[in-house]
Amino acid sequence: MSSRDTVFNAIRQSLGRGPLDEAARRKLDARIAEPPQHVRATVDDADLIARFAQRFESRAGTTERINSLADVPTAVAALAERYGIAPSAVVGTALGELTWPEGWQIDHGAAGIEVMLGVSLAWRGIAETGSILMLSGPERPITHNFVPETHVVVLPVEHIVRHYEDCWVALRERDQGTPRAMNFISGPSRTGDVEQTIELGAHGPRRMHVLILG
Amino acid sequence: MEFRSPEFKTRAVHALHDVNLQKALSNTKAGFVVKRAQAAEEMPEFEALRDTARDIKDHVLNNLDHYLEKYEAAVTAAGGHVHYAADAEDARRIILGICKKANAKRITKGKSMVSEEMGLNEALIADGYEVVETDLGEYIIQLADEPPSHIIAPAIHKTKDQVADLFAAAHNKPRKTDRAALVAEAREVLREKYFSAEVGITGGNFLVAETGSSVIVTNEGNGDLTQTLAKVHIVTSGIERVIPTLDDLSVFLRILARSATGQETESYTTFSTGPRREGDVDGPEEYHVVLLDNGRSKMLGSRFQDMLRCIRCGACMNHCPVYGSIGGHAYGWVYPGPMGSVLTPLIKGMDGTYDLPNACTLNGRCKSVCPVRIPLPDLLREVRHQQYRKNMTPKRQKQALKLWRYVAERPKLYHFAERIGVRILASMANGKGKLRSLPFDPGWTGARDLPAPTGRTFLELWQAKRGDQ
Repeated sequence: MSSRDTVFNAIRQSLGRGPLDEAARRKLDARIAEPPQHVRATVDDADLIARFAQRFESRAGTTERINSLADVPTAVAALAERYGIAPSAVVGTALGELTWPEGWQIDHGAAGIEVMLGVSLAWRGIAETGSILMLSGPERPITHNFVPETHVVVLPVEHIVRHYEDCWVALRERDQGTPRAMNFISGPSRTGDVEQTIELGAHGPRRMHVLILG
Repeated sequence: MEFRSPEFKTRAVHALHDVNLQKALSNTKAGFVVKRAQAAEEMPEFEALRDTARDIKDHVLNNLDHYLEKYEAAVTAAGGHVHYAADAEDARRIILGICKKANAKRITKGKSMVSEEMGLNEALIADGYEVVETDLGEYIIQLADEPPSHIIAPAIHKTKDQVADLFAAAHNKPRKTDRAALVAEAREVLREKYFSAEVGITGGNFLVAETGSSVIVTNEGNGDLTQTLAKVHIVTSGIERVIPTLDDLSVFLRILARSATGQETESYTTFSTGPRREGDVDGPEEYHVVLLDNGRSKMLGSRFQDMLRCIRCGACMNHCPVYGSIGGHAYGWVYPGPMGSVLTPLIKGMDGTYDLPNACTLNGRCKSVCPVRIPLPDLLREVRHQQYRKNMTPKRQKQALKLWRYVAERPKLYHFAERIGVRILASMANGKGKLRSLPFDPGWTGARDLPAPTGRTFLELWQAKRGDQ
């Protein structure tokens, strides 16, 4: 008998029944197809953008408002200058064609060990916790989110939603379905493993900056 | 992982005299306990979320076979593989097979308590693989060659100076004492490992049946790098960790971090669904999930089923006065504290685990903070009951209980004995109101005084008061 059979038999024996009948299975499948709406955190803020920024900044992240996608390179260059980062970045093609200042080296591939700066387009921002949701794909390599020491994320205001659940509704409507990887990111990487004292930049980005677009 | 629960008593005594450990444990109270209380206070829906989380888990457990089938089908559709392991040995065999096929030399690991339960590191190292724990806490204790002492803060017992010594010895670099410099050094050393590992192993906090995704929750981003950069990603999780939908998951995301560290959310919640897809420039080429039973299916339908709701947040141990005094190592196996004192006897057997549930004071703090409302004191009492039925309770304790029961069932005798006892204690205390040492149990008064009665029993006082009215 395979281990799979052993485990399933043991489960059913403990539950005191055989495999579920057709009616019971249909009921459970219906629960997946139309998930119950559970209790959520109250987010009654009229201004979701302000709530997002306030929550994101509460965990050592920073935010800035920009007016158009064309402003992204200037904002990134200013940040790089402020922190002494070399003019070189990995940028997801999801951001489209951007015109970078002279001297900037831009790569669209996976982030290698030497990469210090990543620029990505967020799929959603969640006002409840001030988190962003990233989806993986050819236009949004996942290494951009974790390898660089500084991560800049562009978040269009129309993609800021109230709760996690609003992301699921949008995700289920998406043609490509669930991506290979999804990341909720709520601030810079941190650790409390040395004497329970928080240090930033444990393994992922030490610095996270969100450019709120619109 | 070595099984040292039989030595609980000597290890507990050792822990009580460990100055560094005591200092570290006192930090826990100020850290986790206060922060959790604040987080719960700030969220009006917190108690309702705990109820919902309990109900979702109960629903899943009663239909576990169906949700596992759904989850497995979704993983397979996304190009991944689900393996079932009946026990730890089975799991090691499966994972060693995957690593061999991948021609692996170096294996990076994100934090996984299930992999500790499998005894995975020892097996991989014995087969010649280099295994690198990447969670900073896990990395520290790997260098110290010690098991974790807390399920979410594995190196909680280590001081900064001890970490500095370990790093200086392992990294061949000048000894650093600044906390930020230590974290930066680990970051630099572990980066090389992420990029050169062939296999990355992580845990799985949740498995979503709807999408076939495994979900990990981290603050450091180490699990994310581990699973993104290696050619092969292996998820290790328990069969009970499946939940139906993303909407159900949202409930758990709202209570996990708050219960564990008191955070509103961790830095990263990462979903993995199969291997890299067409056009992807990064991500693993293979994706495996190894689901461990190891006694879990036996807990279903039993008096211990509630234990399977556990989401491994660590709140029960953070609030446990016994854990707070002796730390995690005294418990002698993977899971310490209240949840460990239930799980260890159930997974490893009753032999050698006698002391674990009996160290509990049944104060109930664990139950009051458990995000999925596991009645831990009741389960611990049930383990004791089973020990009693297996005739494991010490003879003297049994005799004492029998004697107490005999007297307690005879109210007149009980009150008579009480009146005598109270008067003896009062005269021994000599009007000071406390006893510095007990004649038959000097250990009890070793570090505290016994408050002494004043000379009359409660019942006598009550009757006198009623007589006055």
